[in-house]
Amino acid sequence: MTDPRKARVATVSLAGCFGCHMAILDMDERLIGLMEKVEFDRSPLTDIKTFTRRCDIGIIEGGCCNEENVHTLIEFRKNCDVLIALGQCAIMGGLPAMRNAIMHAAEPLRECLEEAYISGPYLRNMTRLIPNDPVLPLVLDRVYPCSEVVDIDYQIPGCAPSGDIIYSTLATLLDGRFTGFDREDIRFD
Amino acid sequence: MTGESFVFHIDGVAVTAKPGQTIMEAADAAGIYIPRLCDVEGLRHQGGCRVCTVKADGRSVSACTQPAAPDLKVENDTPARNRVRRDLVEMLFHEGNHLCPICEKSGNCELQAMAYRLEMTVATRFPYLEPCRELDASHPDIALDTNRCISCGRCIRASQDVDGKGVFGYVGRGIHRRVAVNGADLAHTDAAVTDHAMSAAVCPVGCIIRKDEGFRVPIGSRHFDHGLIGHEIEEKRE
Repeated sequence: MTDPRKARVATVSLAGCFGCHMAILDMDERLIGLMEKVEFDRSPLTDIKTFTRRCDIGIIEGGCCNEENVHTLIEFRKNCDVLIALGQCAIMGGLPAMRNAIMHAAEPLRECLEEAYISGPYLRNMTRLIPNDPVLPLVLDRVYPCSEVVDIDYQIPGCAPSGDIIYSTLATLLDGRFTGFDREDIRFD
Repeated sequence: MTGESFVFHIDGVAVTAKPGQTIMEAADAAGIYIPRLCDVEGLRHQGGCRVCTVKADGRSVSACTQPAAPDLKVENDTPARNRVRRDLVEMLFHEGNHLCPICEKSGNCELQAMAYRLEMTVATRFPYLEPCRELDASHPDIALDTNRCISCGRCIRASQDVDGKGVFGYVGRGIHRRVAVNGADLAHTDAAVTDHAMSAAVCPVGCIIRKDEGFRVPIGSRHFDHGLIGHEIEEKRE
């Protein structure tokens, strides 16, 4: 029996640049057809900040660089049937994961923050302090791909993924006939 | 060996080869692409990366070094062979820092293009080694980011055999083997940007960087944006 209701979709940007959300708009006029099949729940596009009910598809942009990212991702896993990692940051950490490679120092996080806020050559930080407000989420020791934190069902590659690959993946997933990507469409940039 | 050419089969297709030709050389001439990373036209074969591994009469051999032989039955483009190749490419992604979105070689990178061809979308089955090797930007025209090196040795062979210089060489053994320069840094070698070893065709990844070139061709208009790696060879097929 087919369910006549629209598929509910939630999206979030963790340690990403919002480029993958912008890439969703690259589907252009195909969005109109897609919107007949889906409705958005929690998403920056609707500005709904908590899940109103269980969703069919959760789309994650960005990896996990702080504890809030981890909580949000776990929340998405709990509330979504299918979880999609969208883009290189969600898949393997992406640009933020550049800091992982310097994390072999004795006090890696300190070194990273000191360069970012105190010793870097192009800084204008009047306070000469590393931000330490209690409301700031704690930064993780390294940047984690989403799949290292929760189970991810599908990963759409790209930085940002093309409108074509996002559309073909979502359209085939919604029809239950997704069988993988066309290798001509795979891009990591 | 005599000059008589002979026939062998790759995935059931009859391929003509001359004595002394490797399986890959004969396949290239016949328009059959065998994936490879450490092998490139103009340099001697090394058989190091093993991405070109085929089954020849049931034995796993590297197609770039194994001579073709009459009546040989070679298994190349099969799900089993390609799965092994994908595992090899995946491990290379885990060994170095291959962050495509920040790499200026992206789109011209053979490692990346091989991942596309072998339908590798994610590399997450193994832990990332995340090496932390220092960038060598000492040379005025060339920079080296060996965190992206896949130890294919193409630069070593190009520098030794074509340029007659020996700027690069292997150091260390096993997992610690890597490519190093013959001097304190690249500025203290006789490397020149005009060397064949420094040309874009030699380094398959973004390790040898020619300065001031990075983004002259924008992402999206680069070599492998126009077709899968190996399509030039496959187009030769009649």
